[in-house]
Amino acid sequence: MEQSASKKDQVRYRTAGTSLIVLLPPEVDDHNCQGIAGETEEYIRNRVVKRIVFDFTRTGFMDSAGIGVLLGRYKRMNELGGEVVVTGEDERIARILKISGIYQIIRSV
Amino acid sequence: MVSERNEETRKENQSESMRLQFESYSWNESFARVTVAAFLARLDPTVEEMEDVKTAVSEAVTNAVVHGYEGTLGTVTVEASIEGRKFTVSVHDDGVGIADIQKAMEPLYTGKPEMERSGMGFSFMEAFMDEVTVQSSPGEGTTVIMRKTIKEAPNGSDSPVN
Repeated sequence: MEQSASKKDQVRYRTAGTSLIVLLPPEVDDHNCQGIAGETEEYIRNRVVKRIVFDFTRTGFMDSAGIGVLLGRYKRMNELGGEVVVTGEDERIARILKISGIYQIIRSV
Repeated sequence: MVSERNEETRKENQSESMRLQFESYSWNESFARVTVAAFLARLDPTVEEMEDVKTAVSEAVTNAVVHGYEGTLGTVTVEASIEGRKFTVSVHDDGVGIADIQKAMEPLYTGKPEMERSGMGFSFMEAFMDEVTVQSSPGEGTTVIMRKTIKEAPNGSDSPVN
């Protein structure tokens, strides 16, 4: 079944040099995360990506599904000798990232 | 905001409950957590308490959708109640159930390792709620019951805007 996501709920991608910037939606949950792994994989396959930047500027909610995506992309970029960073996270998102322990492997820029 | 209508003012220690039922579509994860948060709002929780409950409900409902029904269509039932300052929320599915609950609740354990999942769902529920109980057996579905005492707001100034 097609998901009924409006434009603002969509994940947006932008490249800058060898960086892939993933602009996350207002709510990062299982539903909104489903395409991220596959879509970033497309970019990785078609160009040189040395860094994935997860941009939380628009995001006010995240649960463990988002942590799963960050971990999955971290492992993938590790294999490729690249890195994953996060940016733009507000207090609430930072709290989730802290509790998950993700800051031990992914830094905030 | 304080209601001035005497007859409709909520009393301290008043018991209330709600029940929400929906199909196991993943877009209902946000519907469930937002609805439960709206119900919780009458206890005048802090922004942090509100976020805690939203996250915990999101985790339990996602588990029902992803693991309980494994992508097939079923019904998820969310019930919540307030007794004084005690908030209880349960999430029930009639899906496959869990054979080893202890193992399922272990930090970083995931029943779907091929799917880039964190295995932190139950850990998040436990981190954000005071108490988490799981009732389940194979073929019998799963019920997750979570409790949290919402602190008395000092003067109502710390309540979320919406």
